[in-house]
Amino acid sequence: MPGQLLMKGNEVMAEAAVRAGCRFYSGYPITPQNEIPEYLSWRLPEVGGVFIQAESELAAINMVYGASAAGVRAMTSSSSPGISLKQEGISFLAGAELPAVVANVQRGGPGLGNISGSQQDYFQSTKGGGHGDYRLLAYAPFNHQELWDLTMTAFDKADEYRNPVMILTDGVLGQMMEPFVPTEYVPPGLPPKDWVLDGCRGRPPRVIKTLYLGEGELERQNLKLQKKYQRMKEAEVLYETYMVDDADLVIVAFGIAARVSLSAVRLLRRRGRRAGLFRPVTLFPFPEREIGDLAEAGRRFLVVELNLGQMVEDVLLAVNGASEVRLYGRCGGSMMTPEEVVDAAERMESLDTRRRVRVSLK
Amino acid sequence: MPQVFRRPDSLKEAPFRYCPGCGHSIVHRLIAECIDELGVRERTIGIAPVGCAVFAYDYFNFDVIECAHGRPPAVATALKRLMPDRLVFSYQGDGDLASIGLAEIIHAANRGENLSVIFINNATYGMTGGQMAPTTLEGQKTSTTPQGRDPSLHGHPLRVAEIMATLEGVSFVARTAVDGVRGVKECRRLIRRSFECQLSGKGFSMVEVLSPCPTDWGMTPVESLRWISNRMRSTFRTGIMKDRGVDDWRRG
Ligand SMILES: Cc1ncc(C[n+]2csc(CCOP(=O)(O)OP(=O)(O)O)c2C)c(N)n1
Ligand code: SF4
Repeated sequence: MPGQLLMKGNEVMAEAAVRAGCRFYSGYPITPQNEIPEYLSWRLPEVGGVFIQAESELAAINMVYGASAAGVRAMTSSSSPGISLKQEGISFLAGAELPAVVANVQRGGPGLGNISGSQQDYFQSTKGGGHGDYRLLAYAPFNHQELWDLTMTAFDKADEYRNPVMILTDGVLGQMMEPFVPTEYVPPGLPPKDWVLDGCRGRPPRVIKTLYLGEGELERQNLKLQKKYQRMKEAEVLYETYMVDDADLVIVAFGIAARVSLSAVRLLRRRGRRAGLFRPVTLFPFPEREIGDLAEAGRRFLVVELNLGQMVEDVLLAVNGASEVRLYGRCGGSMMTPEEVVDAAERMESLDTRRRVRVSLK
Repeated sequence: MPQVFRRPDSLKEAPFRYCPGCGHSIVHRLIAECIDELGVRERTIGIAPVGCAVFAYDYFNFDVIECAHGRPPAVATALKRLMPDRLVFSYQGDGDLASIGLAEIIHAANRGENLSVIFINNATYGMTGGQMAPTTLEGQKTSTTPQGRDPSLHGHPLRVAEIMATLEGVSFVARTAVDGVRGVKECRRLIRRSFECQLSGKGFSMVEVLSPCPTDWGMTPVESLRWISNRMRSTFRTGIMKDRGVDDWRRG
């Protein structure tokens, strides 16, 4: 198709960030996300931005904290172990209400794990991750078009909510190449940043902080943050469905697992099974109402994810007992094939069990 | 009647709530005086550490950002790179700078970031109740070295200024002590020099200040000053370790 680009997923995010006005990046090398800092090391100076290879993930996230305080669109990226190190800084960003974009190109864990794609950081990305009661908007792109579009959206939403935004992808998407349309970035018309620290010329001095010691102060601050997360829940849910209307089996999957599941749904349909796909695009806020609306007796849910049962907990909450929910999980960098998902779906159909969650390992 | 003493513009009206005799109050005032003198209050951004001086944001009358323990040099790096014409300084204790944040300070210095760092060495962790710091003297009793710091178990006092002087990226580094009138005046001069170093684009500078913490040392304010003069100064030599000079930054 004319106008399409063919790039590695990591580079797609990097270029989309630049187009969305990102002018600061700091990161520390880790596979499988190295193409992001490598690309930005030459690309950012080209547009007058700043690239810094930090001495550690701790330094990287705190440089982003400083850049954001200066009012500049700022980003960092890493892969799972590095994202763990960044959690303190992400908590500070959330506490100080500073916008930033963090991309996690997930690899297998725990520990050093391995360097192939995984989805084992779902809990970390959607339930806070660091200390304190905070949330990140978390996007789960499933192809390069979404890597491009959602990276741009991430910067807008970070500024809109004054909150860090997570792009949760994985080593498979990050490393593979596929064509996409580099849609133009259209700035959304956000209010001016009247909280930036750039010297107090002509205005009273400003403070950016996360410490609240006064009686009741911290609770008030937390309640204010919670209102923001509530607004995200009301306005920011994104998801996609495929053939769910008449489906008696709904596969729920995100990111790379959703691509495999989409093929599986097509195979199942060819075999005459009424299968469909529900794909959350935002993991926080989670499309709980939309999944809840689908839940009814006679309809089953199969959660397919590259971990041993994380998103399935959110699906169970959304379904709230109205349907049977099962899990097909793979982990540690193993990837399921569409046929394996079909098998899992058919096993589910043939089993009559009262257990609602069944972890099927292979 | 002529006014001979007043609050610097760079300090808010708030009274210091540091302990009586604490060095943080003295050094805050010296910083504020230097910023007034240089006329840069409206383009200054200070970085407050985790430690007693986190409250710097309540006292300085210019923009201040508080950040995670030990990370002020990383935060300062980004602020300064993005706003090269602002005066950016970090203010850090010895737990913050010399322990948990050692990597950040060394690498910011080694990159030659054009920053000023005011490093308060009070030989202890003030805020958390007087535990051993990397700068705790040999034999010094703290709440985690009740028998005194034993180098065979706890290592030796870390001489940060000397380490910094070895780094190519560092333009100016000095150590002083606010243990008397002479020390206070010298400290003021060195802080001003560090700011001028930055304003004239010379790169990284740091002033280490031997500073009293009477509360956690279990001493009176006057005893604390004597302890700095008699004990700390022999472990931590004061003076200028490195100075690559400054230019007339107002013309530049
Ligand atoms: C990550 C983290 N670890 C530990 C602490 C607890 N803590 C607060 S202040 C401090 C040490 C402060 O000592 P220093 O930097 O010497 O400053 P002072 O209070 O003596 O001025 C520590 C360990 C913290 N806030 N964050
Ligand atoms: S505990 Fe020590 S460093 Fe902290 S305010 Fe008191 S005297 Fe100062």
